[in-house]
Amino acid sequence: MFDFLIQGFGVALTPLNLGLAFLGALLGTLFGALPGIGPINGIAILMPLAYTLGLPAESALILLAGIYTGSEYGGRMSSILLNVPGDAGAVMTTLDGHPLAKKGLAGPALGLSAVSSFIGATIAIVGLTLFAPLLAVVAVKFGPAEFFALMIFAFASMSAMMGKDPIKTLIGAVLGVLISTVGVDSGTGVLRFTFDMPELYDGIDFVVMIIGLFAVSEILLMLEHAFRHDQEGEMAPIGRVMVKMSEVLYCKWAILRSSVIGFVIGVLPGTGASVASAVAYTTEKRISDHDNSFGTGNMRGLAAPEAANNASAAGSFVPMLTLGIPGSGTTAILLGALMLYNINPGPMMFREQPVVVGGLIASLYIGNVMLLLLNLPLAGVFARVLQVPRWLLVPSVAILAFVGVYQLHSDLMAIYLMLVIGVFGYLLRKFGFSLAPVVLGFVLGGLMEENLRRALSISGGDVGILFQSGLSIGLWIAAALVVLVPMFAGKLKAKFLPAAKPS
Amino acid sequence: MPNSRFLSRWLVAAVTGGALLAGAVQAQAKPPECIAPAKPGGGYDLTCRLAANGLQDAKLIDEPMMVSYMPGGIGAVAYNHVTGVRDDDPNLIVAASTGAALNLALGKFGLEHKVDDVRWLGALGVDYGAIVVRKDAPWNNLDELMKALKQDPSGVVIGAGGTVGSQDWMKAALMAKADDVDPRKLRYVSFEGGGEALAALLGEHIQVFTGDLAELKPQLDSGEIRILAALSEERMGGPYADIPTAKEQGYDVEWPIWRGYYMGPNVSDEAYQQWADRLRELNDTESFKALREGRGLFPMSKFGDDFHQYVKQQVADFQQLSKEVGLTK
Repeated sequence: MFDFLIQGFGVALTPLNLGLAFLGALLGTLFGALPGIGPINGIAILMPLAYTLGLPAESALILLAGIYTGSEYGGRMSSILLNVPGDAGAVMTTLDGHPLAKKGLAGPALGLSAVSSFIGATIAIVGLTLFAPLLAVVAVKFGPAEFFALMIFAFASMSAMMGKDPIKTLIGAVLGVLISTVGVDSGTGVLRFTFDMPELYDGIDFVVMIIGLFAVSEILLMLEHAFRHDQEGEMAPIGRVMVKMSEVLYCKWAILRSSVIGFVIGVLPGTGASVASAVAYTTEKRISDHDNSFGTGNMRGLAAPEAANNASAAGSFVPMLTLGIPGSGTTAILLGALMLYNINPGPMMFREQPVVVGGLIASLYIGNVMLLLLNLPLAGVFARVLQVPRWLLVPSVAILAFVGVYQLHSDLMAIYLMLVIGVFGYLLRKFGFSLAPVVLGFVLGGLMEENLRRALSISGGDVGILFQSGLSIGLWIAAALVVLVPMFAGKLKAKFLPAAKPS
Repeated sequence: MPNSRFLSRWLVAAVTGGALLAGAVQAQAKPPECIAPAKPGGGYDLTCRLAANGLQDAKLIDEPMMVSYMPGGIGAVAYNHVTGVRDDDPNLIVAASTGAALNLALGKFGLEHKVDDVRWLGALGVDYGAIVVRKDAPWNNLDELMKALKQDPSGVVIGAGGTVGSQDWMKAALMAKADDVDPRKLRYVSFEGGGEALAALLGEHIQVFTGDLAELKPQLDSGEIRILAALSEERMGGPYADIPTAKEQGYDVEWPIWRGYYMGPNVSDEAYQQWADRLRELNDTESFKALREGRGLFPMSKFGDDFHQYVKQQVADFQQLSKEVGLTK
């Protein structure tokens, strides 16, 4: 049964392919670390190169898959060090990763996220190896109604993030949803909020949104401090560099739970690392945040999204390899790469192209080990980036991001839009809003609306379709529990444990 | 730690400088360029790569062709750019398809933009629409499906990868119209791309998928789906030989999806002719035939003025059609 895997290791362990896996891992880490590039663009940049070099199909795929998984590792760096997410999956990583860096724990934070990423990816690759064909059958059962229920669940679990200021979290999420409605309406083709600017027809690009919201607003904050001659805070001490075993063990359940969540969400076509890490983070906060320290630099709050985003990257290979349907934006590009080689991924691929499939899966195992070995020692090196003064570091990263975004759009409009969003992000921050709910609202809101409308057009307007399948009912119940249980739990605690000290 | 501090500063400077340098180099050189009016990885990207890889393999261009991206307005941003800014660039071609012609016809590129605003260069391949159902669907042929639609237009859930008014929707609308069913009564669900729609078909969320022939080959091989009709003039060969056309089943609907290119309006006749000849020559090479087949495209030999007239006629037809199916007045 696992002939293809043995064959695959034979392919992946040739010197050329090992070298390519390493190159992919290294480049991927870099692409992920630079905000504005990310896995999609990294692969798009290197795809023609692989083809021009005349690499065989399995070698090209090994290189590109290395970039994909590598960038999920790299995305965390700027999240932790600069509070600017490197890619879509790394938004949640900023929440606890950056506070840790501020405490002088940048090295351990990077190390822990490398270990979590490794475990998450490994669990997902094993899942991919063992259950791929089976999962594919389940994945297509997930229709518009089920996706809508999943989004409701995701929004419901966001209530866990509300923390001190629930109203502001709610407003932030709603603003995100509003921004997601810009562009051609996906159902009817009607233009919404585009003000006759064709640049807005396709909606607001995720990268433009992230760079504007996080990086540009950061620069504006710095300008403000410089203008008022505020004392620049003492640079974070570097402290110790390696993550301790005890810290990894402290997070072990968080990592395991999040890996499973990430894998399952990754398998579903149409959802990616951003949804996976958001659900993993909020779920983990519900389960293990006993002292309300998530968001202030809790190791588990860092480990959860990191394990989940890597697990979802591996999970998104399941629908691609078994059904020929991309599980994420990045696998959509990988599909295109395969088509350049006259290989059509699909139900027959395991049988017709065992060398390609086996080589790919084997290289995921190998690449993952390489990434861990590459990233653990590098944690110390990258942590030192913090010693570069922020007034130099953040603008440098922003310039890179600007160049990257311009490259992709060949149009200044995207840059202007980014600046406008930056001012918006700056105002939000000045008013004490957290940016993560805005981004989540933006990502989840679009998916939620599309799937609700699809479900309703399938049923001809009958709302009953949303509660028809066991899957969606389960998700609705889970969503309700996520909101209600903590409310009642608090009251019950107060009733039965009056002696407990108020915290 | 002055050393490491120096190192990291230097590192940042180097990376920044490198990126700026790369941008500058790119601005200077003038290799042939193909604009894909979309984000990386989509159909337009592949259309550009078809030309880039084909021309390079056949040694019809001296330097590798650069592919750049200009997403926005389903192609409108690129159309604006080429009609306004780089209107005479002899080294620039832009990827287009039937979808672009439809958007022009519907005025979605802006009402001021007409089909004659650019020089249509040629097409390197064509795919055809297909009416697809699951293997266990109750309809054995197109006629049975059409009878069901006639009886209850909203009784069948149809889905595809585009919005109402997109070319995917047009396939369904034209089928309906061929049997005097009002297209606006159809129960149509739009997905983000053909892949998601196909997943919805396999997962029994929709019943009929109006897709493209070539993208269905893997599923056809595995026997998961049945193609009730190909929307081509005549039966296609190879793996599609058993699929009847809509026409031979009595419904006169054709939907070719060509993959081609246009150039700026003020490009010299000389440069335009040179590009048209290049594509024509490429179209006949053996290596390109393999490349095209791999991409699941069928040959379409229309270049230069021939192609320009074809697109013009198509846009005029689409304007007529969109009135008939109730999209425009």
